[in-house]
Amino acid sequence: MTANKVRGPVIHVQGLEKSYKELRVLRGVDFTVAGGSIFALLGSNGAGKTTVVKILSTLLKADAGTAGVNGFDVATRPADVRESISLTGQFAAVDEILSGRENLVLVARLRHLKDPGKIADDLLKRFSLTDAGARRVSTYSGGMRRRLDIAMSLIGNPPVIFLDEPTTGLDPQARIEVWQAVKELAHHGTTVLLTTQYLDEAEHLADRIAILHQGRIIVNGTLAELKRLLPPAKVEYVEKQPTLEDVFLALVGDNGKNGHDRNVGTNA
Amino acid sequence: MTRHFFGDTAVLLGRSLRHIARSPDTIITTAIMPIAMMLMFVYVFGGAIDTGSESYVNYLLPGILLITVASGIAYTAFRLFTDMKSGIFERFQSMPTARSSVLWAHVLTSLVANSISLVVVVLVALLMGFRSAAGVPAWLAVAGILILFTLALTWLAVIPGLSAKSVDGASAFSYPLIFLPFLSSAFVPTHTMPGPVRAFAEHQPVTSIVNAIRNLFTQQPVGTDIWIALAWCVGILIVAFAFAMNTYRRRTA
Repeated sequence: MTANKVRGPVIHVQGLEKSYKELRVLRGVDFTVAGGSIFALLGSNGAGKTTVVKILSTLLKADAGTAGVNGFDVATRPADVRESISLTGQFAAVDEILSGRENLVLVARLRHLKDPGKIADDLLKRFSLTDAGARRVSTYSGGMRRRLDIAMSLIGNPPVIFLDEPTTGLDPQARIEVWQAVKELAHHGTTVLLTTQYLDEAEHLADRIAILHQGRIIVNGTLAELKRLLPPAKVEYVEKQPTLEDVFLALVGDNGKNGHDRNVGTNA
Repeated sequence: MTRHFFGDTAVLLGRSLRHIARSPDTIITTAIMPIAMMLMFVYVFGGAIDTGSESYVNYLLPGILLITVASGIAYTAFRLFTDMKSGIFERFQSMPTARSSVLWAHVLTSLVANSISLVVVVLVALLMGFRSAAGVPAWLAVAGILILFTLALTWLAVIPGLSAKSVDGASAFSYPLIFLPFLSSAFVPTHTMPGPVRAFAEHQPVTSIVNAIRNLFTQQPVGTDIWIALAWCVGILIVAFAFAMNTYRRRTA
């Protein structure tokens, strides 16, 4: 996990409420996220994770409560909030008809940065997309799209990044690639708020984990703190079996290149 | 953020125009149906229609141009719907970009795409024997009416583009618009129609717009038709714009 957690909170959320007609999605959500840390908002489908992210990224207005990002209130200073953040939504929001490079140049232009071409080339390199840079995004795999999506979010080095279910629908290798990218972000001092429904994802990545359930945060703490909420573990001796994921990754290799055919249980 | 409005709109317009350049079929399909109608009416039905003018293609073209715009704006709704669905609309809205640029870029793209389709249809009409002795000012006036008409229908298309739940829903609204010219003076003179149909035909926007364009092409006095036509276009534009902005605010509130 990350070392630099010395700054004060960069994201403040207090008493946040939001209803869609009759449906009360958020019923008073409170949490803070320290600068340079990774904060995971964990919850099942429909728990309200995306709603929180949309309010924080100024796409939705809250019914009640306050939210601040990088010192700016989302309701009163949305333009300053938008200067401070990047949103990577639930579905890779990339332009399919443009090439990967054109997508990056587009975002750099819209963020009014100098030398968009160089920014694009640097990010293509960093996310191993240089060879695919000139190809239309419609030809990309799911993992490549997600990588491009996250690369687009890094343009302009915003201090805060929201990742809404960044690995939903990705295969195991692509997931690990995304995890590495997220960890690297936090190492560089970016504050990351990510939502996920995968428990292991929160466990792998997050400095703090909050569980959003029925519109409220029911617990919020480090992994160790959350584990202490349950009765102490009793010691049992269990033979460690590889998980199917371990087997899959061992067989196909980390980048999917050095896999070769194996037939289990045939040759002696 | 408003200081970046023009720059951001230009960048986003460049993006949409690149889409069109890479899928020119959207321009072709927009132009094909009006051209097919023009061929059918001029070479199949036209001989049996007495419009009082010597060449039926001259009579028909203004209505065909309006049908071209009506079928073209289905793509405007489709392009906007695609941006909403893919999440790229939200990405742009969460960036330090002038927010309304996203919408305006689509509107300008619609104007460009429809203008290209209109030019294609006029070129085909010229091949089919369309002739006009109209001078530059009359052609400019025709272009002005068509641009205003396109702008009005474009804002109308923004509403389903922002609010539709499916691709079909996003473009279905244009079908009635495509058929409105059949109940107007576009294909046959309205005085041949039975009473109630005639009453509808003579008081719906297409007839006055068609008559105004036709009179400009044939160098006839435009009379009150042009003012009624402009009033319809501006009226539709204002109402559609108000509803579109309301839909937009609800989507982003």
